Order: sequence, then structure tokens, then C-alpha cells
Amino acid sequence: MLNININGIDVKVEQGSTILEAANKIGVKIPTLCHIPEIQKIGACRMCLVDIEGNPKLQASCTTPVVDGMKIRTNTKKVRDTRKFVLELILSDHPTTCLTCERNTRCELQSMAAELGIDIVPYRGATSSRGKDNETLQLNYDGSKCIYCKRCETMCNEVQTVGAIFSQKRGFNSEVGTPFNVPFKDSVCTGCGQCVLNCPVSALKDNENIDEVWEAIQNPEIITVVQVAPSVRVTLGEEFGLKPGSIVTGKIFAAMRRIGFDHIFDTDFAADLTIMEEGHEFIHRVKNGGTLPMITSCSPGWVNFIETFFPDLLPNLSTCKSPQQMQGAMVKTYFAEKMGLDPKKICSISVMPCTAKKGEAKRPEMGRDGYSDVDIAITTREFAKMIRQAEVEFLNLPDEGPDDPIGISTGAGLIFGASGGVMEAALRTALEVIEGHEIENIDYEAVRGLKLDGVKEATVSTKIDGNDVDVKVAVASGLGNARKLMEKIQAGEADYHFIEIMACPGGCIGGGGQPIPTTTEIRKQRIEGIYKGDKDMPIRKSHLNPAIQVLYKEFLGEPNGHKAHEYLHTHYHHQKYYDNLK
Amino acid sequence: MKFYRSHIILGMDTPSLLAGAKGVRDTLEKELKAKKIENEIRIVETGSLGYHGVSMIVYPEGVTYTGITASDVKELVEEHLIKGRPVRRLMAEDNSQKDICAGQQERLLDGQVRIVLKNAGSIDPENISEYIAKDGYMALGKVLAENTPKDVIDIVKDSELRGRGGAAFPTGKKWEFTYNTESCQKYVICNADEGEPGTFKDRLIMEGDPHALLEAMAICGYAIGADKGFIYVRGEYSLSIERVKKAIKDAEALNLLGKNILNSDFSFEIEVCLGGGAYVCGEETALIESIEGKRGEPRLKPPYPPVCGLFGKPTIVNNVETFANIPQIILNGGEWFKKLGVQGSAGTKVFTILGDINEKGLIEVPMGITLKEVFENIAKGTRSGKKVKFAHIGGSSGNIVPFKDFDIKLDLNTLASSDLTHGSGVILFVSEDIHINDYLKSIAKFFQHESCGKCTPCREGTFRIYQFMEKLNRNQAKKSDIAKMKDLCMVMKKASFCGLGQAAVNPFIDAMRHFEKEMMEGVKEGER
Repeated sequence: MLNININGIDVKVEQGSTILEAANKIGVKIPTLCHIPEIQKIGACRMCLVDIEGNPKLQASCTTPVVDGMKIRTNTKKVRDTRKFVLELILSDHPTTCLTCERNTRCELQSMAAELGIDIVPYRGATSSRGKDNETLQLNYDGSKCIYCKRCETMCNEVQTVGAIFSQKRGFNSEVGTPFNVPFKDSVCTGCGQCVLNCPVSALKDNENIDEVWEAIQNPEIITVVQVAPSVRVTLGEEFGLKPGSIVTGKIFAAMRRIGFDHIFDTDFAADLTIMEEGHEFIHRVKNGGTLPMITSCSPGWVNFIETFFPDLLPNLSTCKSPQQMQGAMVKTYFAEKMGLDPKKICSISVMPCTAKKGEAKRPEMGRDGYSDVDIAITTREFAKMIRQAEVEFLNLPDEGPDDPIGISTGAGLIFGASGGVMEAALRTALEVIEGHEIENIDYEAVRGLKLDGVKEATVSTKIDGNDVDVKVAVASGLGNARKLMEKIQAGEADYHFIEIMACPGGCIGGGGQPIPTTTEIRKQRIEGIYKGDKDMPIRKSHLNPAIQVLYKEFLGEPNGHKAHEYLHTHYHHQKYYDNLK
Repeated sequence: MKFYRSHIILGMDTPSLLAGAKGVRDTLEKELKAKKIENEIRIVETGSLGYHGVSMIVYPEGVTYTGITASDVKELVEEHLIKGRPVRRLMAEDNSQKDICAGQQERLLDGQVRIVLKNAGSIDPENISEYIAKDGYMALGKVLAENTPKDVIDIVKDSELRGRGGAAFPTGKKWEFTYNTESCQKYVICNADEGEPGTFKDRLIMEGDPHALLEAMAICGYAIGADKGFIYVRGEYSLSIERVKKAIKDAEALNLLGKNILNSDFSFEIEVCLGGGAYVCGEETALIESIEGKRGEPRLKPPYPPVCGLFGKPTIVNNVETFANIPQIILNGGEWFKKLGVQGSAGTKVFTILGDINEKGLIEVPMGITLKEVFENIAKGTRSGKKVKFAHIGGSSGNIVPFKDFDIKLDLNTLASSDLTHGSGVILFVSEDIHINDYLKSIAKFFQHESCGKCTPCREGTFRIYQFMEKLNRNQAKKSDIAKMKDLCMVMKKASFCGLGQAAVNPFIDAMRHFEKEMMEGVKEGER
């Protein structure tokens, strides 16, 4: 431990800590813009400068390691003046159209300007001209707002290893963008939205579909059917000032009714359905010598990633649609049939933690007879915006439930929201189906939790047709971890049977459509919320969901059967990019 | 060996080529043939000879001709090479009084000492034998046969050689850091990305004496335990690239580079990397990023390259001129080198001198010479005859020294104590007819173009300074603009990420100190 002194307060910190980390530890706030805790330490924005005794230059606290005996001042006049000066420089090339900005009152730059007391931007003249993209389904880009903190670039390259965007040009004209500034949709972008989640301003933002939702709600000809994803219930509260991980399931359904959706369902139901299909698909592959390891396909960012970078491994990907698409398919077939509705008059809307879901909903194979399973996908952030637009006082809402008949769900469906959840839910069902009796301990701790760098592994022993079998499973979240795992498979070094992959670090609770900020600490709190919710659920195994049992009996027949394949399974193709640039 | 009665050393570097050196060479060859003396006189193409226009030196007399055109060639051949009478009207000013019978004389300008430029201009840089004949590769052979790596580092440390790239870090100490860092792989990098406007010393070393660089890199590799070196050359330096590549090939053929050099256990290979034209890549960590195939942006320091450099391995990055000193230090010893300079600044320094002066070009002087001596004795005063206003030393990011301060000694310690630096080793003399605002605008334009964009103060600051300079230039500025610019410069100096932003403001800070009144002329009428 090292002894240092910050603003006159003695503090003991571990060797290797940065000044910023040490200051945070004792509650001394230092402003940052380019910093992402644990992920990006580049010292580029120069907002976190501090004064170190004996050092003539100010140092960036996010990158400077502490040295024993160091004396640091974080708020001297010199420090404050310099920070203010640097911020003025950033603002000199940033539009001051805050009132009409997407991130108004939720912008890091705006709050910082308020905190530091910026009263005037003392530079006039040119602003840099950068690219724009409003052609991409998953997100919007407006380079004029970019402050070049490079957080998006780091997320895309270092964490996700997608490499759709990178720094270009230099000096005042530096920008982060796609090759040749093609729209994101024409780049290798997977639509995961981690860039959006980490943008301090609104240079990268949702490609909003709120207006279409309002229009559908207003149109008396159209029946709106909405679903909400598992993870949204532990994150939406943050948009209204609650702690990360607060469970607001009941309030979500209440808000949906007040906004005016006609039928309200829970994607957790379709998550249970996914387990039935995926679990049986896995058993089928194991018993019939199918391609292993089988890899989950719930995460559309991940599906885009494997289709782009690992097309040779597509046979490993489960053919199951994601819960969003399964729910949509059931809404437009089973539910429509049961209610006597014309599926073409149903507008199927989903509230998702995810920007990539917007792209998934528009995939041409996701529907039939000229209609789509899901018509509009909106993010957690967009839904919060709708609640605010509708002047619904979210925190004062009573707890309500979803509608019948496809509203009942289980703890297994809920844990889809966190990395490892699909694997755990699948094991809860698959092992009982294989062994034919109830299994008591269904908490698979090894696959739970946030692992930012690496893969979670577990081995589960079971009996298949009387033989002892060790089922080896792996769970990865974040596309960088997924890439490592895929490379291991390609090299023949992975002997797993079943792999769960989520595109976003921590799974859907850290999805690209979730409330901003989403930090490592916040991801952890949301995960806690998910497993707390699971513990409190009366039913915790998908195959015991009574609504699921009815669905198979009344409509689908057998899991993995013919009808199930028609509605609930899909196929993949190799995505090629930059071909048109040749 | 074939005997020639005369050698013509002809400068064929890029500026000379632009001035018509190729035409001069072709005409010369034709003319020699026509007079049937092509077997008596040999033309040797070399890099820049340090003069303006097409230049040549005729040996053994050592007569230098400058500003030659193809139409002069006939006269030169007939008068000098056949009749033995020098053509005075074409002779360089410094030796125009020389008689042809005076024999071989050193072409030295007053007060110069040549270590780094020992061979440049006197040997054929494309012929490894000529380098070897001048004791070339002797230092490498000596260390391989007689010295341990630790000995080599001690010699370099004894010499007190300090880096010539601008930061003046003690070279021996740097090598020692890398030597002491355990690693299965280490690298030697030569920083030849000479991007500072007006600087061309490294180019001339590479063009005139490429083997000295290769030999020094191999010695460094031996000292620190590296078997691979990179020369990161500015992409525009086509002749340097060609010469260095040829030199590597020739050295490999003689087993002076490659596997088991001179039958020792030591192997060393050198690869040439081309820079893409970004000024920031002269910063050592940005250069390393560039070699790794990434965007040239400076890295966070520490860790410094001697501990964690190229591909995460311990790496030495030294400037061309720094390396070029090494073979002579090894051969003559550290004490010898130390004696050449002044206390704390050992050896010589190569400067490129240019601007409004009579003698432009490359000079090598002992540390401790004063700026006034350079201006008066070597540069021979202004060409225009006007009074000199200031010298801009160390490149665009260097310091502006007004004439009244010309007594300053150009050694590292004296400069450092006045908060000045050698920088890249360029001295630009500006006379009184250049308005300070015009001059600063061109500097500002350079930096707003060359900032890499990584950190806020440099990215936004260089551009805003350029805007202020534009306003001053059009007499549209306000008084408050100058105050704001002053603050901006101070913020950039203390808050920028790397040396580029920290140093880019130097000329502006100096100008505001020495020429504030003149700068104020750019403020709007009535607001001054």
C-alpha cells in the first residue's frame, strides 16, 4: 500500500492505482470525458488534470499512477482554470443547440459545462465538418457533435473487436468514422450499440422509432401488441432516478397500459419458449451427432458478428430465433388466431435493451405472408422517453401484470437478461428432460456474473441413455471474448458442447439500448437485480411454464417439431461488406 | 585498381535534382566522352553537398562549384579539367580565392569540426569499399572482438553523448535502461522521420554516409541485445531510402549485417519502414505505433520505449545524427568526444542553417559556439543586406531568439537554462522586412495541419491559434485576442498530451515576449 495525500487528506492506496482511482476512493470528484473505468485510459481529453507537488506540468489523473508520498491537489485555481480552458476549447467546436438535442439534460458535456461554470465560449469561427449517418437501422451518427473522446472507438475495437469505426484525419479535422465514411449499415458494424452507450454527447444515438409507435397507437385500425425484454425491468428505473438493478416489472406493464398499447406481453414468455426449442435442439444434436458445440443465437449483435467474421461456424449456431422474434411470431399466429385478428392489422412492438434488435426485426426471413414478426423495436431509452412524453408519472404507478394468454413467465425466462442466463435456463430444462426427473439445485453459479475479459466455463455431469456424460459449457459476453472463443473452436482447441454468447459485456443488462450511463459497477448491480428477481419467481424452469405447455398442446405440437420449425427457427448467411468499395 | 586523375563529386539529392543535377550529369558525361577523357575522370554521385543549387567538388584540388547549369559544363570541362584553370565565377564563395595548385584542402567553413559529416561528400555513399577504406565498420569489428555489451554502453556513457532528436536524453543511459530490461526480443529503431520544416541534416547523413548509420545501429543492437533494427524514414526521402536500402544489401553481402556478423555470435538485420508524412510520427511512441501498422498517435508514457516499446518489447529509438556519432566514439573513445564540446554538452552538433543568409546549408560545429558566430562567421550575414531580426532555432516548434540575444551559446545546458532547445537542429535567420505576424501565421498553419488530434489542447488549440493569426494578419484582431492567445499558449504548454502540443506554442510565446508591439499592429484600428 502506498501513502499519498489528496487535497490534504491522507489516503492509502494500492500500488498501480491511478490518481483518479485514489481520488474516487475518498469521494474526491475529478471530471473526465474520455475515460471509461477499467476499459479506456488514454488521457486524451485533458479534463482530469491535477496538480502534483513538484511537477511543473499538470498531469492527467486517469493515467498517472500514484507514487508513494505523492501530494496532489485536484481543485487549485491553476487546475480549475486549466480545466475550464480545456472545456472551452472542446465547446468551441461543439454546437450549442442543447435545447433541441436528444441528450438535453442527460449530456455529460452539458453537465460538465454547468459544473465548471462556463459562461461564454470565447472562440468564434469555423467548426469542424464531420460525417453524418441516418441511413442505418440501429443507430444515428452526427459527427458535428463529436468531441473526439474516442470512447466509441475503444468499445468497437478493443472491447467488441468489430472495428467498424476508427480515428481518421488529423488535427482539428480528426474524426471517428467508418472506412470512407460509408453508412454504418454498409460497414462491418454489428449494431451492438456499445458506441452509443458510451457516447458522452449525442454524436452517436438511437435511430428513434418512437413516432411510428405513437402513430400505430393512435390509429384505430391497428392493434398494437407490445412485449418487454427481461433485462428492461432491472434498468428502466434508472431513467427515473431509481438505483440500478431496481425491479420495476409491474410499473412497466402499468405504464404500457397508460400509454395505450392494446395488448401487453412479456418477452420472458418467449424466453421460456426459446429454452424449449433450444434445449430440445441441443438434445437432438447430442443424440444424433449434430454439429457441436452448439452456440446460442439470442443476441442479434452476436449473430451479425458470426455472420460477418466467422461464416464457417454458422452450422454451430442454433437455428432458434431470438425471444423477440419468437414472441412476435406467436403474436401474429397463435395469438391472432386465438383472438380472431388479422395478423396484417397487428403492429408488433418490442421494448428491448438493444439497438441490434432494430436490425433483427427487419431481417426479411423474420416473418411470413408479407408481414413481419416484429414491426417496431425500441430501446429502453426510447421507452423511457415515451413514458415522459405521455406525462406518465412512472414512480407513482401501481404494479400491474401482463395480459393472457402469453403473459406468464418464469425465473428461467427472466435470467435471459444477464450473461449466463440462457445457459442456466437451458440447463435447468435440458437436464430434467434428459434425466426424466426433477433436479433440485438449479443455481448454476459458475456461469453467472460479469466477466469482462475471458470466458466462464462449467462442466455438468448427467446421464444420456444410461451413459455418464460430462456436458462442457462455456459462456462469453462481449464480442471480443466471443472472438477469442471462436478462434479457439477454429483451432480445434475447444471441446465444449454448448456455448452461450451475448454481444454486450454482461449480457442484455449491458445492452446498447440501455440507460446511459452503463458502467461496470452499474452492470454488476443490474445483474444482482436479475438474480434477485429469479429467486422470487414461483416457477423457475421454462418447461414448467403452464402457458408454454398450453401453447405446445394447442398450437405448436412437439418442441423442435415441424410447426415449431416453421415459426420459431430461422437460417443464417455470410454477410459480406465493403464489396461495393472494390 | 583503376586510376583516375580527377574525381567529381556531384550532389544528386532531391533539391539538386530539382535544380537540374541530372541534366548537368548527362551533359558532363557527354562532354567527357567528347573530349575523350572519360577514363581519366570519374563522376561520383552523392547526396547534398550543403550548397544551394547544383553543386560539385572536384578532387584532388577540392574546388567547389555551386549553382551550375548544363550550359556551364562545357566551360568547366575545358577550363578546369583540361587546362587546369578553375572557373572562378562558379566557385563557392568560401573557396573562391583558392588557387588550383594549393592542393587538397578541407572544404570546411570557418569553425566547423566534422564527426558526423566526416565522410559525407568525400566518399561514394553507394560504394561500401570507400566507407570501409575510411575506417568504416572498424568500430563494429572492434566491439565484437574486444568489448562486452556493457563495455560499449560504458564507452557511450563516458562520451556523454546526448540525443540529437530534440529531447537531448543521455544516449548511454537510454541504452543502459534497455540493456537492463530482460526480454527475449529487443529492437533498435532509427528515427529518420525528419519532419521539422527546414531541417534536412538526417537526410544528408543518410544520403552521404548511410553505412555509418547501419554500423551504429548494429553496435547499438550488440550493446542492448537486439537482433533487429528498423529505420523509419520519411517517405518523401526517396534518395535516402534508395541509398540506405542499397547499403543494407551491400553490408549483408559482406556479412557486416545479417547472421553471425564477422563470424561472431551476434546477428543483426535492418528493415526500412517508410513514414506516411505525419509530423507527429517523429514523436518516438507515435513512430512505434506507425511501425506496428497503427494510426500514428503518441502513447502514454511511462512506460517508456526502453522498457516497453515496439510490439511491447524494449526498444531503443535514436535519431540519425545520434547514431552517426557512435562509430567515431567507439574508435576514438568517450574522452575524445567529451573534449570536443563544452561541459555537459559533448561533441558536435549538426545544424541546417537557412533563411536570409549568404551561406545556407549544413554545418557541423562544436557544442558551445554562439549564435552570433554561426550568423557572422559561417552564415556570413544576411544575403539581402538588411538587418537580421531574429533566429528561429530548433524547427517550427523551436524558439525565436531576437538579434539582441545572439550571444547565446548553442550548447544544451545554456539553451536549457534559458528554456530553449536545439530541437531538430535547424537555424532559420529572418531579416527585418518579414512581419512577425506573417511569419507566425505560416507556423500556425503548419501546426493546425500536423496536430494528430488526440488531445483537446493541441487539436483545438493549434486551430484556434491559426484563427487568431489569420485575424492578426488581416488587421481584424481585438486586443483581447492577444491576451486569449497568450493564455491558450500557456494551457497548451502545460496540458497537452505530448511534445507536439507542448512545444508548438514556443514560437508564439517567444514572439509575444519579444515582438508584442509589432504583433499589436494586427489589432483593428482604434482598438489597440
